[in-house]
Amino acid sequence: MRGPSVSASVIGRWFNAGSRVELIPQGRMSGPMPWVIAIMVAMTAIALAAGLALGNAVSAAKAEIDGGVTVQIIEPRADMRAQQATRAVEAIKTMPGVAGLRQVPQAELDALIEPWLGTGIAAATGSAIPVPALIDVRLNGPASAAQLAAIARRVTPVAPSARIDAQSNWLKPVFDAMVSLQVLAMVIVALLAGALAAAVLLAARSALGANRDTIEIVHLLGGTDAQVARVFQRSIGYDAAGGGAVGLLLALVVILSLGRRFDGLGAGLVDNGALVWSDWLILALVPVLATLLAMLTARLTVLHALRKML
Amino acid sequence: MTSDGEIIHFDNVGLRYGTDREVLSDLTFTLYAGRFYFLTGASGAGKTSLLKLLYLAQRPSRGAIRMFGTDAITLPRARLPVMRRRIGVVFQDFRLVEHLSAFDNVALPLRVAGHAEKDIAGPVRDILEWVGLTDRIDASPATLSGGEQQRVAIARAVIARPAMLVADEPTGNVDPDMAAKLIRLFEMLNRQGTTVVVATHDLDLLRKVPESLIMRLDKGRLSDPTGALRYPPRKLT
Repeated sequence: MRGPSVSASVIGRWFNAGSRVELIPQGRMSGPMPWVIAIMVAMTAIALAAGLALGNAVSAAKAEIDGGVTVQIIEPRADMRAQQATRAVEAIKTMPGVAGLRQVPQAELDALIEPWLGTGIAAATGSAIPVPALIDVRLNGPASAAQLAAIARRVTPVAPSARIDAQSNWLKPVFDAMVSLQVLAMVIVALLAGALAAAVLLAARSALGANRDTIEIVHLLGGTDAQVARVFQRSIGYDAAGGGAVGLLLALVVILSLGRRFDGLGAGLVDNGALVWSDWLILALVPVLATLLAMLTARLTVLHALRKML
Repeated sequence: MTSDGEIIHFDNVGLRYGTDREVLSDLTFTLYAGRFYFLTGASGAGKTSLLKLLYLAQRPSRGAIRMFGTDAITLPRARLPVMRRRIGVVFQDFRLVEHLSAFDNVALPLRVAGHAEKDIAGPVRDILEWVGLTDRIDASPATLSGGEQQRVAIARAVIARPAMLVADEPTGNVDPDMAAKLIRLFEMLNRQGTTVVVATHDLDLLRKVPESLIMRLDKGRLSDPTGALRYPPRKLT
């Protein structure tokens, strides 16, 4: 009988890389755990995608309208309205901090109200509906209250019917709601991560109970807690990786089909919410992070339980 | 191991489970390297409990234990595995891992100790051949007879060449021929320097190893009512 030589480099490792022996018998992707993880990952990825899309929509819309100021000339008489609009344009364009401005053409204004009031009203009634003249002003930075006041001081003397609003004020409630939804999405992601950890914890405890005899024998033969924990960690890692891949696939199907449906809406705010490549990268990381979380949870659970054994 | 060859020393050791009465009381003895010890006693005398203390499956309720020159009572839990790797154990109920083959059960201590896979197959095959199980190398424990399981358990206990071998009724499930063969295996290991502790109530076995020392347990205490035992009180020279 000859004794084997000890390879120092592998001391502390559990079954060596060359060995196909498994201390804990478990079929890959068997039992409920991979499917629980798949569902968790799918839901997490969908919630995360929603959060990212909302974030993109809010950022894009904010960037677009942050420096936007709308000057409305609310004057029922068309000739005076036109005069005041012209004078207001002249007054604003020489102001510092103004990047550009544009008086919205009448045809564009008519097109804006057409969905609600239809066409040919002037021809039918003999008079046009008095629609306020609109001047779209772009500032170099976000429209502050001081800048709005400065514009008002320049415009009001030459156009008394002018009403000046920052565009961001109109959409503030919408932005607030979108940010709330974004926070909700992140909370859901955090809750799902917690639920995943809890599911793994229960699975690890159950596996520990089912394999208690084997673990005890390994301990008595000189096995360390870390070796035993690594076995569970690896087993759950395989399940989590498999389940995570399936979950991500499911999520991608849902996200892409929802994306196509939203694309069909043709709404500006929704279009701005399209996911960019970095978002897809983050989504691809979901199963990786879920696997790491599952492995860490399994390791800590097993180590904690083993500490109670001699 | 200390300079005088002492590997285990029990000093006034007692063991109780929970709040029950002590199953082991006032045990004070020393085991020396390279000796062959039999532990005898009636059923329920505490043999298995004493062995559990020896293979570090249990801590005593009181007293002091020194193993391989280290205080085993205050030994940090993290250092127990290294200490356990120096002790081979043959459990009374074999405790083979059911889903592993005979080969993998025997290889377990080597894998636990981190031996490279290429260094494992040869010694495992050798020891399985030695215990007469070459043709059962891939069999799972469930398909092995009691005697075969016993031999796998023994092969697993000795494969890593432990400093001390502890066996609980190792011949209980084998025929007399195999029992004699196993005892010869233990003797061979003992001659190579392994301290052997065999718990048995088979008095014939004691006669098979004339140089062995005998410890007798009676109701949890070491006892030598006739004074005829080879250990204690005889002092080693």
